[in-house]
Amino acid sequence: MSRIPDERPLNPKPEVISELRRLLPAASVLATEAELAPYECDGLSAFQQRPLVVALPETVEQVQQIMQLCHRLEVPVVARGAGTGLSGGALPLADGVLLSLAKFNRIIAIDPANRSARVQPGVRNLAISEAVAPHGLYYAPDPSSQIACSIGGNVAENSGGVHCLKYGLTVHNILKLTLVSVEGELFEVGAEALDSPGLDLLALMTGSEGMLGIIVEVTVKLLPKPERAQALLASFDSVERAGAAVAEIIGAGIIPAGLEMMDNPAIRAAEAFVHAGYPVDAAAILICELDGFNAEVSVDVMRVRELLLGAGATDVRTAADDAERLRFWKGRKAAFPAVGRISPDYYCMDGTIPRRQLGPVLNRIAELSAEVGLAVANVFHAGDGNLHPLILYDANNPGELEQAESLGGAILELCVEVGGTVTGEHGVGVEKLNQMCVQFNRAELTQMHAVKAAFDPKGLLNPGKAVPTLHRCAEFGAMHVHHGALKFPELPRF
Amino acid sequence: MVEHLDTTTEPAIVEQVHAARAAGSTLAIHGGKTKDFYGNPVQADAELDCSIHRGVIAYEPTELAITVRAGTPLAEVEALLAEHGQEFPFEPPHFGERATIGGMVAAGLSGPRRPYAASVRDAVLGVRMLNGKGEVMDFGGRVMKNVAGYDLSRLMVGALGVLGVLLEVSIKVMPRPPGRITLIQEQDQASALASMQRWAGQALPITGTAWLCGRLHLRVAGSEEALSETQRILGGTPVAAAEADAFWTAVREQRLECFADEQALWRVSVPPATAADVIPDVELIEWSGALRWLKTELAGVTGSAVKPRRYGASAVSAVRANDRINDAGDVDAGAIRPWAAAAGGHATLFRAGASTPRPSDGVFAPLSPVVMRLHQRLKQAFDPDGLFNLGRLY
Repeated sequence: MSRIPDERPLNPKPEVISELRRLLPAASVLATEAELAPYECDGLSAFQQRPLVVALPETVEQVQQIMQLCHRLEVPVVARGAGTGLSGGALPLADGVLLSLAKFNRIIAIDPANRSARVQPGVRNLAISEAVAPHGLYYAPDPSSQIACSIGGNVAENSGGVHCLKYGLTVHNILKLTLVSVEGELFEVGAEALDSPGLDLLALMTGSEGMLGIIVEVTVKLLPKPERAQALLASFDSVERAGAAVAEIIGAGIIPAGLEMMDNPAIRAAEAFVHAGYPVDAAAILICELDGFNAEVSVDVMRVRELLLGAGATDVRTAADDAERLRFWKGRKAAFPAVGRISPDYYCMDGTIPRRQLGPVLNRIAELSAEVGLAVANVFHAGDGNLHPLILYDANNPGELEQAESLGGAILELCVEVGGTVTGEHGVGVEKLNQMCVQFNRAELTQMHAVKAAFDPKGLLNPGKAVPTLHRCAEFGAMHVHHGALKFPELPRF
Repeated sequence: MVEHLDTTTEPAIVEQVHAARAAGSTLAIHGGKTKDFYGNPVQADAELDCSIHRGVIAYEPTELAITVRAGTPLAEVEALLAEHGQEFPFEPPHFGERATIGGMVAAGLSGPRRPYAASVRDAVLGVRMLNGKGEVMDFGGRVMKNVAGYDLSRLMVGALGVLGVLLEVSIKVMPRPPGRITLIQEQDQASALASMQRWAGQALPITGTAWLCGRLHLRVAGSEEALSETQRILGGTPVAAAEADAFWTAVREQRLECFADEQALWRVSVPPATAADVIPDVELIEWSGALRWLKTELAGVTGSAVKPRRYGASAVSAVRANDRINDAGDVDAGAIRPWAAAAGGHATLFRAGASTPRPSDGVFAPLSPVVMRLHQRLKQAFDPDGLFNLGRLY
């Protein structure tokens, strides 16, 4: 299936290809159908579009020259990192340049004394932590696709991970960005110090989905590794009780490093897939990870165990060793591919809700699911309130795709209704443009467009993404996975 | 928990903005006026008092978030959080009893705990605000994770009201650690900086560092087990709890003796490992080295006699060209910004006596041309008629 959401009239300027060939080596300008095919989608393969041309610069000067060229010719530019994004943020434009930062894959400098590292945007998330590990440091945000996703893409999406509650999102863990403006000028936002003068453009750039500038360097903050991490696995006979247990833990003043929930369909799928040792009869499980000093973790583990039992857990297991702790996580991180094994297709949603709404929202999802006749498996970053319902369907059955989309839209609108948001960590991209209309009113969307125009008056940077035009407002949209068509299906996600 | 809220104050503020816009007049936004000293002087025809708009809109402790109206006194909110065993992790300075939440967010200033927990900006989850067209807008939300649209709520933090009027803010809160201790060590500046760096590279529950007058103060917070383990690692002499709390409040509120005069006070924000001699003559070092305060007789460039100063191997050559110490042995204010910039940071003239002349380019470090142009365009995007706080930031 291919859906092109871009509303702009096409204005192809093939001369940009020959101009690019003057700036870059021949092998760095791709324009044949066969060369373009790998770039036709990112991690959201429901949307596909081949670009006019792919440019693969390897120096900042080349990026500047490309932007100057595209600005002069008024050709739109879509930046792309590793292409693992889940909302179509790097979906190409038929008349646009796809600017791949894949060759920007160097760690430029590690500064252990200041606990920071300067890296190029194409460096993989996990490669940073691996490179700084000899200094006892790591980069905290850990999206589940971290073995493949790039730091530039993480900044563009403000990526999270399973340790956000305690350690924050990308926006909390970067210090400085070097960017190329739409006009091709080089500029910096943020600093190696903890703050910088003027407006907080570092925060604005984070999560701006390639709409405001091209990231060519990222300075990340590094954290010292805690002495010990320990995990508990608790079983519950109702999702409400599991949700209440989350509130109990946080209410007791404990901030776990990770706090994740799965419901029964998700538990069964994950257990069948990776044999994590999950209780397949439980209505819900919680995985709670605690870190810190050895002695401190021992005490907290006992406290959390008591809290979980007090909240009605039917069983609480503490990982006997690190291998078992990693096994607890393995099932969680493999939940999506696991669901992909039991259903021909699934839709993934990414709403965030206030935690106290968990019970009512899951019940309402169950009702909606029954009404439509499609099963839903739920995994939940419980600590953050970030819900990932997976809607199971079969696109070969006429009408099921539309039913799934309709159910997905209803779930996201429910998230907004209870005080949440339509996307917690996957971004809007092209996928949730419609839901943005549910969450924001006309004045708010107009203000966002004005901010875009402040950086990009001609609207050449990733046009048509992230913020819907005012006349666009329709009803639904969600991550759509068709027959394992999710790119890199072997990757753990979320 | 929801208070009974006065429903007339938001419309009153909106009405004043519409009236000012219609009349073509400009506004100086204020809450409790406790941070008027900070930033450049505002040129305005009238004041917009946001301190009338107060009250807690939503606070559910287990959600780790609070939503309050911008005019709510900061002290009231902190007291409410404390009742529930929670706090703002960024330990905001008040600079006066009337400090409001809106002022806290607009100034964007964080206290001693900032490098170890979060900044105001890190903790802001959402805002309700008015732009220069008088439109009420909500950005961000009340939940921890939210990537729907641009992060315009965090853009308001530290913007000093130049982009719009804050009406409500949602902020992340954290549990108050069960215990805390403060340790003192006698150390000169260079060795204190080295110690702070060494400890910052380990996962220790440090929540405050302050070096002044040859003494390094270290605050640690956490469980009993964490405190005893950390004390064993750090060493130093423990300070009585009340005395320690008073000290950290004085650091946060700038009530230490070294702040109590009319000299110009510079806030120098640098990478934490910046060597002691790169920023000489500091009074106080906080944030494990990332925040350094120093004073000068005059705030502007004096052009007075300059004498060379010796530097260690770590000094940056760019610094030397701008190095200036006047005959009295004081740092020349004109040297501070180049020093800070060479170290990878920036310097702000934080406070100065009323009669002290300000630097001609303003109290904040100048921006690069590209970034300045973006500031001007963002101002235009939010406040096209130039209604709010003209000149306060740049």
